[in-house]
Amino acid sequence: MRFQLTEDQLALRNGVRELLARRFGPQELRAAVDEPGRLDRALWRELGAAGFFALRLPEAQDGVGLGLPEAALAFEEAGRALLPGPLVATHLAAGTVPGAAAGEAVVAAVGNGLVEWLARADVVEGDAAGAVPLRSVDPLTPLHRVPGVVAVDPVAVLLTAAEQLGGATRACELAVQHARTREQFGQPIGAFQAIKHLCAEMLVRTETARAAVYAAAVTADPADIHTARLLADEAAVRGARDCLQVHGGMGFTWEFELHLHLKRAWVRTHRAGEATESEESLAAELLAQPI
Amino acid sequence: MDLAYTPEEEEFRARLRQWLREALPTLPPKPSPDDWPGRRAYDLGWQRRLHDAGYGDVHWGASPTVRLIFLEETEKAGAPYVGAGFVGLLHAGPTIAAEGTAEQRARWLPPILRGDEAWCQGFSEPDAGSDLAALRTRAHRDGDDYVVSGSKIWTSHAEVADWCELLVRTDPEAPKHRGISWLAMPMDAPGITVRPLKTLAGSAEFAEVFLDEVRVPVANRVGAENDGWRVTLVTLSFERGTAFVGEVVACRRVLRELAVEARKNGRWDDPALRRRLGRLNAEFRALWRLTQWNVSDAELTGGVPGVGGSVFKLRYSHARQELYDTAADVLGPDSLDLDRSWVLDRLSSLSYTIAAGTSQIQRNIVAERILGLPKGR
Ligand SMILES: Cc1cc2nc3c(=O)[nH]c(=O)nc-3n(C[C@H](O)[C@H](O)[C@H](O)COP(=O)(O)OP(=O)(O)OC[C@H]3O[C@@H](n4cnc5c(N)ncnc54)[C@H](O)[C@@H]3O)c2cc1C
Repeated sequence: MRFQLTEDQLALRNGVRELLARRFGPQELRAAVDEPGRLDRALWRELGAAGFFALRLPEAQDGVGLGLPEAALAFEEAGRALLPGPLVATHLAAGTVPGAAAGEAVVAAVGNGLVEWLARADVVEGDAAGAVPLRSVDPLTPLHRVPGVVAVDPVAVLLTAAEQLGGATRACELAVQHARTREQFGQPIGAFQAIKHLCAEMLVRTETARAAVYAAAVTADPADIHTARLLADEAAVRGARDCLQVHGGMGFTWEFELHLHLKRAWVRTHRAGEATESEESLAAELLAQPI
Repeated sequence: MDLAYTPEEEEFRARLRQWLREALPTLPPKPSPDDWPGRRAYDLGWQRRLHDAGYGDVHWGASPTVRLIFLEETEKAGAPYVGAGFVGLLHAGPTIAAEGTAEQRARWLPPILRGDEAWCQGFSEPDAGSDLAALRTRAHRDGDDYVVSGSKIWTSHAEVADWCELLVRTDPEAPKHRGISWLAMPMDAPGITVRPLKTLAGSAEFAEVFLDEVRVPVANRVGAENDGWRVTLVTLSFERGTAFVGEVVACRRVLRELAVEARKNGRWDDPALRRRLGRLNAEFRALWRLTQWNVSDAELTGGVPGVGGSVFKLRYSHARQELYDTAADVLGPDSLDLDRSWVLDRLSSLSYTIAAGTSQIQRNIVAERILGLPKGR
């Protein structure tokens, strides 16, 4: 057992992180917010060329031939960078929808009650009949309400959890940076225990979620995936809230990127079915196996 | 990332499992929680059996992964807990192995492994708890001995221990972290008085220890004089890092038992309770994965667990309390009956956010040592 990132996995993670820092940094993020509903097709193709969507396709099908753990790492970085777009749906469509793997096509998928990026998609997976637009809380994720209940692909649940993990990681980083530098009462606010303990809890939630998400990516076991989802949702949503608190008034502004993390974290909690389903499923699992 | 065990590790697991199947049915009956001499004999007797079967040194002689497998399998099989062997096996032993001289290792390690000698931990004092380095128990040199006076408190297993890992102040003039030394004190030395303290669970788990001019040979000092704080941090990293591994397995078993019980008494039909159990399942599954992650990390960095143990300890101690509070919801009014299972466990779980460093102190450690936030004034 060597439950740590391999050299190759570290390199992959750093590669994605660099690509996103270069192509989707603070300026691009701001520009995206100023033009809600626009999808950067050039970036989408670049992601395709870098293998983001074809990561798990076999090499024989022009894919990268890697597995779920690598996909989880890539999606964690996407979450960290707050990359917009139907990333999970397009990734899952690679190999079945022409152009998805290369980032030529944008693929949206009908989820449970909601569909993201419907109006920008070239292809929509699932029945979007009767979809009604709603005024999305997340300026970077256009949403439609759709009738009906849809079963969610476990891989979508896992990759969403990986994005949540990335968001939680970023929120913790932002909070710690601020706590180290912002001074009040003659010292950095991070020297106050009330702030210090908020930050420590953010890290504890994030690292627990990390272990759960990575393990689920290795085993692909349904109970592991539900676990990852619950822990990652918690880390992302509470992490963003606590990060807001650490930033004081600045945390409540439109200018500061934090609210975008919180809003996206909320969107993701609904993308993969409801948390209660994961809880019920994990409760049932307790009775399924012998003590 | 890989969660598969090597063939050697799987072979170790299979062999251990087989041995446990044969050994456990021959165990003597469990002594009552208040019978400390009985508990000592039972716990150390089990350690002796492990030793004779070749598993004695697994806590610090084996690789972290093998140790993980050992703790997982013994817990799953319902084998006795380390109990009175806790301090010797899980922190005095590893500390002496890491910091002691060859003679010290030869003197103290084999009896711990054979289950001949039990240790206790004399760190806390009435006025030095979270602020451990404020300890005042004095030791001054007299020839080849230290002469020790002062008092210790909350010393678990003190009545039945042969040795105490004792922190003393050897230089009262030095800054508080610099004047401390780590001694191995024989518990039968003249001048030691042990006064048991009753816990809120009604049993005498720990004690107050009074030290009146107790002579401890200078040769019993582990590490350099006045370097005891550094040695202590090694001890504490063992205590927080890996000492709780087996308990996660135990909690996962309890959770399954709770689900079965809830189904039997009808509370399973309450969706709120069911979902709480589901969430706890996620919690302990994640804590198990975090354990595997930390163990793999320790494997790569040479065995001594890092501050990551504080991350685990923080989350785990709260999860454990949540588990037994949920047990109380499953039991309903029966949760007030001390004869029901889980009721005593609920009481003892209250110590988890205090013992081995309170949650507040763990948060300081995580914030300052992992996140690099400034120390407060
Ligand atoms: C069951 C049990 C077994 C134990 N066994 C042993 C043993 O075998 N050997 C041994 O040496 N000790 C043992 N201990 C002692 C244990 O390590 C101490 O109780 C613990 O470190 C806390 O110290 P204290 O009790 O003096 O509380 P205090 O330090 O007085 O703390 C009281 C409260 O104040 C808070 N507090 C204190 N300082 C700060 C701070 N800087 N910032 C924020 N909050 C703070 C604490 O978090 C706590 O909530 C045991 C304790 C228990 C409960």
